[in-house]
Amino acid sequence: MSRLVVASIGPASSVQDGGRHGAQRYGLTVSGAMDRLALAAANTLVGNEPFAAGVEIGPFGASFTARDGAVRVAIAGAPRDADIAGRPVAMDTSATLKDGETLTLGFARSGAFTYLAIEGAIRGELVFGSLAVNARAGLGSPYPRPLQPGDEFSVDAASGAPELRIELPKPVSGPIRVVLGPQDDEFDDANKALFLGSEWKISATSDRMGYRLEGPTIKHLHGHNIVSDGTVNGSIQVPGNGSPIALMMDRGTSGGYPKIATVITADVGRLAQTSAGTAFRFQQVTMAEAQDEARKFAQLIRNLPDRLRSADAVALNIEALSDANVAGHAVSAVDAGTWQVTAEP
Amino acid sequence: MAATLPPPRLLPSGDSAVTVEFSRTIDDAANERVLALDKALAAAGVDGITESVPTYRSLLVHYDPGKIGFDALGERLLAIASQPPPPATKARRWRIPVAYGGEHGIDLEEVAKALNTTPDDIVARHVAGDYRVAMIGFTPGWSYLSGLDKSLHMSRRQSPRLFTPAGTISIGGVQAGIQCLAAPSGWHLLGRTPVRTYQLHRNPTFLTEPGDRVTFFAIDHKTFEELDRAAEAGEIIAEQVVA
Repeated sequence: MSRLVVASIGPASSVQDGGRHGAQRYGLTVSGAMDRLALAAANTLVGNEPFAAGVEIGPFGASFTARDGAVRVAIAGAPRDADIAGRPVAMDTSATLKDGETLTLGFARSGAFTYLAIEGAIRGELVFGSLAVNARAGLGSPYPRPLQPGDEFSVDAASGAPELRIELPKPVSGPIRVVLGPQDDEFDDANKALFLGSEWKISATSDRMGYRLEGPTIKHLHGHNIVSDGTVNGSIQVPGNGSPIALMMDRGTSGGYPKIATVITADVGRLAQTSAGTAFRFQQVTMAEAQDEARKFAQLIRNLPDRLRSADAVALNIEALSDANVAGHAVSAVDAGTWQVTAEP
Repeated sequence: MAATLPPPRLLPSGDSAVTVEFSRTIDDAANERVLALDKALAAAGVDGITESVPTYRSLLVHYDPGKIGFDALGERLLAIASQPPPPATKARRWRIPVAYGGEHGIDLEEVAKALNTTPDDIVARHVAGDYRVAMIGFTPGWSYLSGLDKSLHMSRRQSPRLFTPAGTISIGGVQAGIQCLAAPSGWHLLGRTPVRTYQLHRNPTFLTEPGDRVTFFAIDHKTFEELDRAAEAGEIIAEQVVA
């Protein structure tokens, strides 16, 4: 066994996996990775199941030190500079820390969340099949809270397998796709058009529970109180002040505000990785299109192993990444100090 | 007769969930249909359904669009909802101890004033209620109860509190609630129960289920401390009433 010790880490960083399913009827939210594709890509690089537990690293920097042996890891998600003892590590590749070496990750250049997968995955005590941190419910393992310096993981000693990179499809750009509903009939056509036709920005007071959207005020047809009903990842609720909130992985399982639309499964991770202050739009798609995209997204994740390549060509990628590093670090979409405060219950 | 009732509305909740809505308002009859459909779905074992979440007036059905599409699932749901409900099993009944007022129920006096009566009278009306767990949601174990005495219906607080303690017993609008974990709340806090409706290393982890019946009884603050210690140690201190 080796250990991977958290040498330094910023807020909004926690152990996440595919989430906790089956207990939403008891108020237990799903949690899990904000960007599922990125977690799955990192895990695939080190031979883990796609939704094995890894470290979700918030927008700030982090560093990890191997102890008692070598540790093989991989990084994917929000791009940032990374190195092991001065050797650059490209995004979407695996790399091995020798005993005593430190992996250092810079600030996210865009987006918010980078995923660190560890060969053999993080171990802990499963609750409803998951190690994912849900800080409000005191759940998550090995630490039921965001990570802190000094935390450590007992992990497999590195296998010595050759390092790999993963060739992901070119990221989809353009609007975040939604299907209307479940309560789109609580809004008139003009307000639906305003929601779909306007530019939005994610507020800095957003977190894993919800992303607050800044833009025009959306007016309700019959007021903002509905009888609480169920929520999903990507539900866009409109509270009394008319500023929509996209509910994310740590959402309440029920909510009492009308939900005008729902982000399609394939785009929830893209929304999660949209930096605060970046303008974006929504686009309505049909249910058939949304479900087609959901099926393709599931297939993409299933077939990630087919996209693994030898790491030989990594040097080129590093150059490309350095060229892209012009914007400095991104403003965080996630502030660990804020919680979404609703009038619910 | 179930067959004569209007069919529920199917509201798309993204590409992997559908809300089956029986009513737009809080309505015990609709809630019973929600719970009946929930049971019937579990019995039917529809391939592709991954999880269902009952609420006051609707059942949120999560599914895998790789296994079943929206239209096909909608047909199945409507067909199952039109069947007579499965025979009702006898509801479980819980007696929940509550320490009212003081530090445990900081809004009791204010509620009494607002309703032109005494704190003792508010407690008496709250204890007299025969409640039903209509849904569990928001945070783990938060049990929403129907059956609140009409004289206790009052609007939520103008500004919600950012923190209310674990075990809070509160009322808001037409609803009563048992809150398990500390959480923000806009409801009026009448008291606290040492009962944990959710406790991780206990069997069962979740005490209450939608459809359960609940009554409250008053305890003094010293008894609260004793029961709280027992509950912390994993004892189930809610009394289950055998009919």
